[in-house]
Amino acid sequence: MKRFAALFDRLDRTTATNAKLAALVDYFDNTPPADAAWAVRFLIGRRLKRLVNTRELREWTVAASGLPAWLVEDSYEHVGDLAETMHLLLPEPPAHELSPPLHELVAKQIQPLRQLDDDTRKDQVMALWSRMAGTERFLLNKILTGGFRVGVSKRLVTRALAEVAGVDSSLIAHRLMGRWQATPEFFQRLVAPASEEDFDLATPYPFFLASPLAEDPNSLGTPANWQAEWKWDGIRAQLIRRGGQTFVWSRGEELMEGRFPEVEAAAEGLPDGSVLDGEIMAWHAGQPLPFAVLQKRIGRKKPGPKTLKDAPVAFLAYDCLEHNGKDQRDRPLLERMSALDGVLATANGLLRSEAIKFNEWEALPELQAQSRERGVEGIMLKRLDSPYQIGRKRGDWWKWKVEPYTFDGVLIYAQPGHGRRSGLFTDYTFAVHDGKQLVPVAKAYSGLTQAEIDRLDRWIRAHTLERFGPVRSVEPLQVFELAFEGIQASPRHKSGIAMRFPRIHRWREDLAVSDADSLSDLKKLLPDSAA
Amino acid sequence: MNKGLLYPDAGGLYCPAGDFWIDPLKPVPRAIITHAHADHARSGNAEVFAAAPGIPVLNHRVGGADAITACDYGQPFELGQARVTLFPAGHILGSATVRIETDDDSWGVSGDFKRAPDPTCAPFQPFDCDTWVTECTFGLPIYRWQPTAEVIDEILAWWTSCREAGRPAVLFCYALGKAQRVLAELQGRAEGPVWLHGAMQPLTDCYRDQGLNLIDTRPVSSADKGYKFAGDLVMAPPSAAGSPWMRRFPKHSAGFVSGWMRVRGNRRRRGYDRGFVLSDHADWPALVNTTADMGARRVITIHGNGEALSGYLREQGLDSESWNLRQSLAA
Repeated sequence: MKRFAALFDRLDRTTATNAKLAALVDYFDNTPPADAAWAVRFLIGRRLKRLVNTRELREWTVAASGLPAWLVEDSYEHVGDLAETMHLLLPEPPAHELSPPLHELVAKQIQPLRQLDDDTRKDQVMALWSRMAGTERFLLNKILTGGFRVGVSKRLVTRALAEVAGVDSSLIAHRLMGRWQATPEFFQRLVAPASEEDFDLATPYPFFLASPLAEDPNSLGTPANWQAEWKWDGIRAQLIRRGGQTFVWSRGEELMEGRFPEVEAAAEGLPDGSVLDGEIMAWHAGQPLPFAVLQKRIGRKKPGPKTLKDAPVAFLAYDCLEHNGKDQRDRPLLERMSALDGVLATANGLLRSEAIKFNEWEALPELQAQSRERGVEGIMLKRLDSPYQIGRKRGDWWKWKVEPYTFDGVLIYAQPGHGRRSGLFTDYTFAVHDGKQLVPVAKAYSGLTQAEIDRLDRWIRAHTLERFGPVRSVEPLQVFELAFEGIQASPRHKSGIAMRFPRIHRWREDLAVSDADSLSDLKKLLPDSAA
Repeated sequence: MNKGLLYPDAGGLYCPAGDFWIDPLKPVPRAIITHAHADHARSGNAEVFAAAPGIPVLNHRVGGADAITACDYGQPFELGQARVTLFPAGHILGSATVRIETDDDSWGVSGDFKRAPDPTCAPFQPFDCDTWVTECTFGLPIYRWQPTAEVIDEILAWWTSCREAGRPAVLFCYALGKAQRVLAELQGRAEGPVWLHGAMQPLTDCYRDQGLNLIDTRPVSSADKGYKFAGDLVMAPPSAAGSPWMRRFPKHSAGFVSGWMRVRGNRRRRGYDRGFVLSDHADWPALVNTTADMGARRVITIHGNGEALSGYLREQGLDSESWNLRQSLAA
């Protein structure tokens, strides 16, 4: 644990990527595999299954600190991170004991917490708190609360491991995908030279991500070198058929076993050794359905017959990463497309996301403008000779999304943010006019610059009307332009509407509250109201 | 609110019995200024009373008032119907707390104060009062300070590691008070010179002129053109962070000395590599203990998270409430 805490301190004390990389390499080079495996797991953001709930942790913090519960809550609101709040409130231990190695702490003290009865669990955690101090105790709390954002990206950890292993970082990224246990054997495999037995059947490939196209498509050169596709508004997924088994992975590296039985059934027609990249879409009669329909399926681990009927889905394939058990990613897109046609020939029920025919860039804006009626988000542009790369690499894959909808709303509530934004009011609720009232329609967290956030924070503090726990109502004076991707009728919301991905476009200090939009303006955008 | 010896007015506190204001943010005929920080001291007051050791810094910060009266700590003087005494607040050089007495009431008012030792100013001196008006900038129990020596050790270790890496160590802190306290703590523990941002130079001179023993310093502006400050310690106010001035220190590591650095998010958001938790304000235990030391039955919290401290003191059986002085500006 001491070594892991020292690594955390080194990572936390610099903003320079190279310094962080050096710290990680240093750590992986000099740490026993049993500990390093757990460090990898935590650093790339894989949580332990919930060990204790946050209510218990708060109660124990009250008990250990001797402070009233409301003051612990006030402190949490101020700090914005429960693990850190607990750490700052707990008394300093009388004597600093030598803490066990990370793997021992996790395996012998932390993981067993889940099986203990309430009293024993409390005693165990309080005992840990009274023995550990400083960064070690802070990290213990981080592990207990689950969240582990420490300012290193998964990509950086991958790069460091690649350097340690002396292999390409794409291989490390691949080895980190899928299911694995944080064992010393796993870590040794992770940093081993490349070998035949690198992967098990379920291991997916890292996703290649498109970058937003900021310039005119004209800037991309000859149109003949590019393929255009619709940008589907669904769940990005990788479909694996190996050894007579099917695996569906989300982009968040979650194995979506049993969630989309119709996709898994269709995949049985794929030849063995096929891996496809594509989109799971709510789909009916050859047409995409709104994202809101797909939302009924997200989070349903075992959808029943009614859900399957109400929210049917399809897999739209747009790339072939593995064909006949061979990695296709280095081959150009054009060749992967013919491989895709080959594997789809036997799989009825899997759809092909077809290329959009176009001869010159001038034809694209008009097609792109049809996106909303077609139920897509815009257009993808992919270079025909491009390999399938890892992560977000600019240059070969671009997404050209339609302009979002916008509206002008009035700030009515604010709440402090978390993590980096702790202690600042950064979570905002916006309202529009509904007769003489202002009715809340959207919450947004992003879109302002740091300077604007700081200024708005001061304004909120000076113009608070009422407090409800951490939430403050403010004088309805500030107008913001908000962007959003779609709108649905929603009986669960007071306004009767729900927006998809609202975010702040601009602070409209030039507008008065009377200039803000009304609920009826927004309702005109509902899909049904056009009819 | 009008019934007490003091009430919020002009962004500060007004005492009708003595017809004076404490730390007003708007110009008034007669002001007692506890110390020279901008949220307490503003220009434009006709008549000003302040603790004698704070006068040079105050003159530098807000310019001369028409009439400044230098008051000795612990020496009562009459203003109208009120008897006023300034006591050392331990916050920065020349900072004061104020005791106001009438025949049947006595109040103590803190500007800002701390209880930790500070080589650049007289230590906080408790005194009895019926009502204690306390700052609570760090009025939450998460704010607990470690001993100053430990923080100075951390700063020295950081400076050493920067020196070994050939990088400038740029330490940000408030130009008045904190900077000089750090310079005084470094004296005898490290080799100078420490480079200073232009905003810190005249204030540091004020401190030296009053006989304080600070580590050797030089203005950054006196360095040769193209000098890289590799391995040197540079001190600058937070406003210099991210400014073009910082280009003089290629590959620097940035640290910030402040009580706010106790919370990780505060440091990360500002983009500092290192945070050093050293404050010129009282931490939570000191805020709570000081109310006991003052022997007050009633505690009013100002400047900061007053609700939390007031609520806690009420649970401890004291009469306590929180006042928002800023709101009195709008009235």
